Parts: sequence; C-alpha cells; structure tokens
Amino acid sequence: MSYFAMSKLALKWVLKKPPTTRYPFVPRTALARSRGKLVFTKDSCVYCNICHKKCPTKAIIVTRAQKQWAVDHLRCITCGACVDACPKKCLELSTSHGTAAVSKSREQH
Amino acid sequence: MSRTIVPFGPQHPVLPEPIHLDLVVEDEKVVEAIPSIGFIHRGLEKLVEVKEFQEFVYVAERVCGICSFIHGQTYCQAIEEIMNIPVPPRAKYLRTIWGEMSRIHSHLLWLGLMADAFGFESLFMHSWRIRELLLDIIEATAGGRVIFGSCKVGGVRRDIDAETMKTVLARIDEIEKQMREITKVFINDSSVKSRLVGVGVLSRDDAYSLGCVGPMLRASGVAQDTRHLGYAAFDEIKVKPVTHNDGDSYARCVVRCQELFQAVDIIREAAAKIPDGEIAVKVTGNPNGEFSARTEQPRGEVIYYVKANGTKNLQRFRVRTPTFANIPAMVKTLQGCDLADVPVLVLTIDPCISCTER
Repeated sequence: MSYFAMSKLALKWVLKKPPTTRYPFVPRTALARSRGKLVFTKDSCVYCNICHKKCPTKAIIVTRAQKQWAVDHLRCITCGACVDACPKKCLELSTSHGTAAVSKSREQH
Repeated sequence: MSRTIVPFGPQHPVLPEPIHLDLVVEDEKVVEAIPSIGFIHRGLEKLVEVKEFQEFVYVAERVCGICSFIHGQTYCQAIEEIMNIPVPPRAKYLRTIWGEMSRIHSHLLWLGLMADAFGFESLFMHSWRIRELLLDIIEATAGGRVIFGSCKVGGVRRDIDAETMKTVLARIDEIEKQMREITKVFINDSSVKSRLVGVGVLSRDDAYSLGCVGPMLRASGVAQDTRHLGYAAFDEIKVKPVTHNDGDSYARCVVRCQELFQAVDIIREAAAKIPDGEIAVKVTGNPNGEFSARTEQPRGEVIYYVKANGTKNLQRFRVRTPTFANIPAMVKTLQGCDLADVPVLVLTIDPCISCTER
C-alpha cells in the first residue's frame, strides 16, 4: 500500500513548465497533414459538379449556368472527399481551422 | 425499511455520456438499478437507406467519438467481405496501427474519467495530458484528432511514409515512458485502491452468462479477445488476451492499464513488419449479400451486421456495440453496492452510450 505514489509525479510537474500553451495569445503550430478549412481556387474550376456529388453533407453547391461555386463551412465535415474527387485539383484542405462564424452564410465564388 | 428512488443522470458531472439510472436506495445501499437509454439516439441506422454505401463510412465513423476509427474499419470490413474485395496488406497494417492508437487514446480517456469519478482530479488531468500527445500523432498522420477520416471501402485514404513512421515510433516511446508513471499510480496508490478494490465483483460464471465483452470479461478471468479472428494484420500479429482473476473494478483498471502497453507493443511490431505496396483498391459495382463483421474495440467486441441488395444503398445496417452487451453486468454489479460507488461502477464498464444508441 503506497500512500505517496503520486508525490513523485506531482513534484516533477510542479517544478516543470506547464504543458498548456496560452492560446490564443500564443498561436498553435499547425500539424502538416491536419484537415482544416476547405480552400477553393476559382481559376481552375470547370463547374463539373463532381464535388457536390461526392460531398456527404452537400455543403458544396455548384451552379454551372452562372459559373458559381459556394461552400457552407458550417456543414462541411472536412472529410476531404471533394479534394480527392476534383479532376482539376482546385480544392485543398488547409491546416488552419478557420475563424469563428458570425452568420450562417455560404462562401460564394 | 423505506425505499427512495434516486434518479442518476442523464446529466451528471461524472458521466461521459447521457444514461439514466433509477437507483432504488435503502439507506445508502442501492437495492436495484433500472437503466433507461435513448437520450442520444440519432437514427443513424436508418441513414443507410439514403446515403450510398461508400459515403456511409463517414456516418459509421461518427457513431462514436472515442472509438471512431474501429467503427469505420468494421463497416469497411463488412462491405469488403460481401463484395470480396482484396484489401492490400499495407492497408491492413495501417488500419492495425491506427486501431491500436485508437485503443490507447480510449483507455487513457477512461483512466482519466475513472480518476475523476473518485475525485482524483490531478491524475485525471495527467492522463488527458498524455492523451493530447497521442492525439497530436494521430492528427499528424490521419488528419483529424478524434474522427480519423482515413478508412475507406477498399483500403485506407492516407499513407504513413517511413520517415513519419520513425517520428511516430519515437513519440510513442516518450508516451510509453509517461504512461508507465501514470499507471504506477493507478495500480499502487492506496487511495485509488480503497475506491476500487472489492467494488463491483463479477464472478467468472456471471460475467460469461450475462454476455460481457472486452476488458469487463477479461478482468473476470475469461480469456476472450476478438482479435484472434485474424482481421486486419492480426493474422500475422498474435495477441494474447490480458486477463485478471479478481473480477472487481481494480482488476478492470489493471487490465486496461496492461492493454495500453500491449497496444504499444503491437504498434511497434506492425511498424516493423509493414510491407510496401498500394494502400487501396478501386471499388466498382454494388454489394449484394449480408455479412456480420466482428472486431475488438477498446470496450469489447462489436458486431456490424450489413445487408445489401444490389443497389447503391444498403438495405439494413445493425450494430451491436460492446457497451450494450455490458449493461446487464453493470446493473447486476449495482445491486447491493453503496451509493458512493455508483459512479465507479457505471464507469467501470467504460460506457459509450452514443455507440449504444446511435
């Protein structure tokens, strides 16, 4: 029966620097392959609608006639299905997780 | 003697997920416990009729946040068996590595919650601090911290190259060192022992006849582990089930602590043996047939029954999660316990109610 099994660990961490970082004052170093916010490059898009078909939540809406592409970031689950499916490679997932949303609007291009 | 009914949950600081228990109490001793589930039912099984079978992996992964990868893996395995898809060996090894990382993260989470259940908050914080280190590795390799998003029908979506694998193994060594410090406290500390030893004893026959699975069963002395079925890379990596003979909450804690180190050994073995090759095969056509896939989740054996009828949508999808199999045992151990032991006993089955109710 040990009454002081925790004391070694507790003392060690009292003397060490805390493992938490003071986010948001100290920015978080993003990990290289983390799946963050969806980024769209308008120039290469041909409005084929494959990204809309592959999206599991239908967060992407494409109107071919008006050449418009829109994504609802609040519906997007950052699965990357659209990124894998796009034939022109104009979608990618950045490592940043995006800022807070103030309204439920789509990002329209 | 007069009986009172104390409602426990669904909102309670010690519960990780909402379950309701009506505790029939006679002067601080619980005589009977009547569970109610259904607070987090989302109707995910009905979604198969709307989502295509390849898209459904995303839903299967989100059945649970703690055991998410193995849910996705089991679903993929069920579809792959129906359609006779040969999964490449490298994909099987990658699935094993991610599956075992998922097991370590789940057990560390449970250790933290158990410490919190009897008030040992600093130990809870340390367990979750170590879990954060592991979640960083998972995010660096799979892309997401909790929802991995890396399993698909036919293989895996991402690869771990040799350079990254070396970094992963180095970090796992550091994590293992820290896990040894923490598990020493869980196993040796007298205040932990006074709350766990002798609480909720489940005999070997009871555990087997009530249908327990996972660490709950293994801590009562029954050596059963679904990984002996040989799915993923487990036909080449042999796993010896970790057992204990006492059957009380302390035994379950010790079994989960030892499984942490067993999982680290499996990751090392898989990383050494992983073959080169492709990570996925192309899937064409629709599934037709039915299959029950069984895998070992951190909480026990999960059964995925999938029925397909030749169209893009499945006809039926049913999951039997390990927590559902352990709830009768939990109710049995609650009979005759002290009121203060209720949080410990509810947590000792490692309840994952969102899996249970989908």
